[in-house]
Amino acid sequence: MTSYRTPRSRAAGLGSAKHGVSTWIAERVTSVALVPLALWAVFAALRVAPMGYEGAVAWLHHPLNLTFSLLFAGLSFYHMGMGMAVIIEDYIHRRSTLVTLLLLNAFVWFGFGVATIVALLKVALATSVGVAL
Amino acid sequence: MRLIAVLSLTPFDAGLKGGWKSILSWGEGMSDNARRLPDRPTSPHLTVWRWHATMLSSILHRASGVSLYAGALILAAWAICLAVGPECYAGYMALLGGPIGKIVLLGLTAAIFYHTANGIRHLVWDAGKAFDPKFSDLTAIVVIAFTVAATAATWIIAGMTGGL
Repeated sequence: MTSYRTPRSRAAGLGSAKHGVSTWIAERVTSVALVPLALWAVFAALRVAPMGYEGAVAWLHHPLNLTFSLLFAGLSFYHMGMGMAVIIEDYIHRRSTLVTLLLLNAFVWFGFGVATIVALLKVALATSVGVAL
Repeated sequence: MRLIAVLSLTPFDAGLKGGWKSILSWGEGMSDNARRLPDRPTSPHLTVWRWHATMLSSILHRASGVSLYAGALILAAWAICLAVGPECYAGYMALLGGPIGKIVLLGLTAAIFYHTANGIRHLVWDAGKAFDPKFSDLTAIVVIAFTVAATAATWIIAGMTGGL
């Protein structure tokens, strides 16, 4: 089949999607923020691991711990969603599989991200906790 | 004419699924010329590349990122169990403290240290600096050494503070 498309029209069809820059910047901004937050998360895990249920609840009641927990969880889920999307786009070339996996990834990172934040807030904002710490 | 003959005799036609053809074929408005491009070797081809530090560090960055994806879901389950109540939380912590849980958490500790340290390397590259191959090899080895040391230190501290 002879193509009657002009070189210009061909180039226009193959050009950029015009929305990559914001994702690129978001990847870098979340990366920078997650460097100290990841180190804090390791420190926090060491602190919380031996505490048991009541200790963990009390720990999350501290505003600073809650703030960093929410930041770490929210930015991690956002960052990993973008990272997984890149991996899927790199290795999956069949259109139907590509779209299915990208959709699944979007649901997983956003769904579990929201669930985590709701769970953290529920624990931290509950007033009727009989914890004396 | 001769050029076309040479192109069509490219040695990469056999044995390679996908390649450029499949990458290009999901773009709309494809020209027929682009569709007829021969399959080219895709990168990275693990079987034809010599292993070196920067290659290993690149693969580990992806592997640790995928591991941390699973780790985030483990963290989500932890937060949800904490919100559900003491029984759920105790059960979940027992699971994490068991042999399988410990192996998973050890891997996640290494993954978070590696991905964070190697992420700094990537940020420096994004700033347009430190592209020298020899220096990149060095920083790759430094990051791997840091990961081993930081993971060991974290687990020793966990052992001393009753976190295991």
